[in-house]
Amino acid sequence: MATAVIAGARPPGWSGVEADWASDQRTFKNVPWGKAMMWIFLLSDTFVFSCFLISYMTVRMTTTIPWPDTSEVFALTIAGHHLPLILIAIMTFILISSSGTMALAVNYGYRRNRKVTAALMAITALLGASFVGMQAFEWTKLISEGVRPWSNPMGAPQFGASFFMITGFHGLHVTIGVIYLLTVAFKVLRGDYENTDYRIVEITGLYWHFVDLVWVFIFALFYLW
Amino acid sequence: MVYVPPQEVEDVHLHDPDTFMTKYIWSQDHKVIAVQYSLTAIAVGLVALVLSLMMRLQLGWPGVFDFIDPESYYQFVTMHGMIMVIYLLTALFLGGFGNYLIPLMLGARDMVFPFLNMLSYWVYLLSVIVLMSSYFVPGGPTGAGWTLYPPQAILQGTPGADWGIVTMLASLALFIVAFTMGGLNYVTTVLQARTRGMTLMRMPLSIWGIFVATILGLLAFPALLVSAVMLLLDKLVGTSFFMPAIVSMGEQLDYSGGSPILFQHLFWFFGHPEVYIVALPAFGLVSDLLSTHARKNIFGYRMMVWAIVAIGGLSFVVWAHHMYVSGMNPYFGFFFATTTLIIAVPTALKVYNWTLTLWRGNIRLNVPMLFAIGFIVTFTNGGLTGLFLGNVIVDIPLSDTYFVVAHFHMVMGVSPIMVVFGSIYHWYPKVTGRMLDDRLGRFHFWVTFLGTYAIYFPMHYLGFIGVPRRYYAYEDFDFIPESAITLNENISIAALVVGAVQLVFLYNLVISYRRGKLAGSNPWEATTLEWQTPQTPPAHGNWGDTLPVVYRWAYDYSVPGAAKDFLPQNQPPSDDAPVQEEDNLGFDSTDPASGGGTREDA
Repeated sequence: MATAVIAGARPPGWSGVEADWASDQRTFKNVPWGKAMMWIFLLSDTFVFSCFLISYMTVRMTTTIPWPDTSEVFALTIAGHHLPLILIAIMTFILISSSGTMALAVNYGYRRNRKVTAALMAITALLGASFVGMQAFEWTKLISEGVRPWSNPMGAPQFGASFFMITGFHGLHVTIGVIYLLTVAFKVLRGDYENTDYRIVEITGLYWHFVDLVWVFIFALFYLW
Repeated sequence: MVYVPPQEVEDVHLHDPDTFMTKYIWSQDHKVIAVQYSLTAIAVGLVALVLSLMMRLQLGWPGVFDFIDPESYYQFVTMHGMIMVIYLLTALFLGGFGNYLIPLMLGARDMVFPFLNMLSYWVYLLSVIVLMSSYFVPGGPTGAGWTLYPPQAILQGTPGADWGIVTMLASLALFIVAFTMGGLNYVTTVLQARTRGMTLMRMPLSIWGIFVATILGLLAFPALLVSAVMLLLDKLVGTSFFMPAIVSMGEQLDYSGGSPILFQHLFWFFGHPEVYIVALPAFGLVSDLLSTHARKNIFGYRMMVWAIVAIGGLSFVVWAHHMYVSGMNPYFGFFFATTTLIIAVPTALKVYNWTLTLWRGNIRLNVPMLFAIGFIVTFTNGGLTGLFLGNVIVDIPLSDTYFVVAHFHMVMGVSPIMVVFGSIYHWYPKVTGRMLDDRLGRFHFWVTFLGTYAIYFPMHYLGFIGVPRRYYAYEDFDFIPESAITLNENISIAALVVGAVQLVFLYNLVISYRRGKLAGSNPWEATTLEWQTPQTPPAHGNWGDTLPVVYRWAYDYSVPGAAKDFLPQNQPPSDDAPVQEEDNLGFDSTDPASGGGTREDA
């Protein structure tokens, strides 16, 4: 089989993967160091969020006090209409949209269109910031209704504890992401990456999509369950 | 195998140091960072050593030393365990040896992200400082035992329940941040920054051990981080993640509905891989010591690599064998006993391969080799008692006795420390350019090796007769015979001797730095790349103008037909320096078109 391959060409399929792993210098060809490191970091971070979510599900099963009905807790009355989970739906929509603008930014980055890239990253950051803002609103609402990390008038105290811990930790990730996006966007605009192919935009994007994906799991397991 | 076009490794943008501060303090050079990590780890390890001697004073001569009260005894137990496992062994193997050896053994100029690497050390130092600050907060350090089980860890009545537990958890969180920054560097460097000709299957086993251990760390430490955060919230904010409804000192507390078992699961999901985070680098380093000093290739290299990978994978599915007596579902015990016994297979395979590496070797019985053989013996002993504890029905009477203390001190206390010592004697000449004193080294080895047996062997017997561990005093228990008390006295004397002899080792480290025999670049006649650097100690950037090119695996010792009994990895094939049979390597190392070929056509 090896004879059929033109010298210098990467063979297709699994034999190509095998050849990469058996080769010298770098296992993932054409993958810059920063991108490889971001992937490994995200794998590690996946375990952090998995542990948080599994712990939340465990205490939810352990506690003897009934769990509050999340669709009612997170319902808002807008213009006389009672809408369950409406705020969370909007937040999810915003965050997923921000992944779209991020993907566009990566595309324009590789086209070396500095202005559009920076603008799209700034829009992504703006959407992320509005997500955090709505989360702050949600926290304020729950706190004003008497929910605390240590107690909860609507049922199990672990509801408040898990809610503040998990959304807090995710919100922290989004906030860091917004700062990270704005920093990179500024440097893109300044032309700092003219020599490095704008791969940093893609690396930033990896982090952002990850934060987005984690939210989908939080949405499914905390709000919908 | 098929040809993959070679790529030049992009040269690292090195941070060139110009002042004393940037060269030795805020250094981004992996070699300096490695020494910083090692010295800090050894310093904090000395604190833990003194703590263990204080415990032995109390156990050997109960009541004689009246400055040791029950509270401080539990603080000794806790701090000794946590420091030894995390702040000494993990930091020394990965931060110390990992940092030093990965770029040098792979032919890289530095880690891929030197700045992050520097940051890793400073956050580690901060975590050590926070941990040590436990001694200066009201109530002193926590005395919850190194496993920090709630509910007792954060309730009144446990020493350090006010502040000690907080500093401990904060320090652990900082350590994990530091480890993550370093660990990302190690993994990315191994995967993406090897020199030309260095395939994964040509890496020395040291690198394989450190590499897989780092991956374990990146996946296991998150569980500890999460449990530390949740326990901190339970302690400081009053949440009830781990705290059930509880009556303490006659009062109903505000906690309700949490799960203490959840903490144990999270802790041991970290804790068991942690055993292998310490053991796998030791496995790797000792393989290189044995092969080098037996002048023989490592037996079954590929098997050794896959055993490391298999142990790493299996280590994530055995954690609840620490919890047989926790009251979890008995069927869990069945599952975890099975996986635990399966993990003995690749481990035993490694022991056989080490022994077979020695078989008919041209053994040079120098200090690193003595420690390496000491490791094999000790590790086999500790591993065999692990089979007892891995079985549920045998574990239940033995758990929480001195049998457990004996087991884990043999298998993950003394064994890795043997490798640490052997490796320091082996690589000190490269780090400093001078040899450690041989006679002091032999004295250090024999007293340490025999002494640790005098300490831990009798503990098996104590365990069999049911002496419980973690007790402050054993008076007034009818089931504990007089012989156990005198045995404890003997153990304490041995412990004091072994503790004192470590001062000889430290003296050797200090005195040899100035007065040691000059080592030259390759005193052990070893094959791996770190011994082939143009300068010793290696200069900043490691390799001068050109990176080395690798032509062979790391174990070409006593190759038939070769002029010397070792062929460095960067020596091109010739009549005087033939390459090993293709069957041994799995690829044709003379053919540039093969997966492991040299890349002269690049």
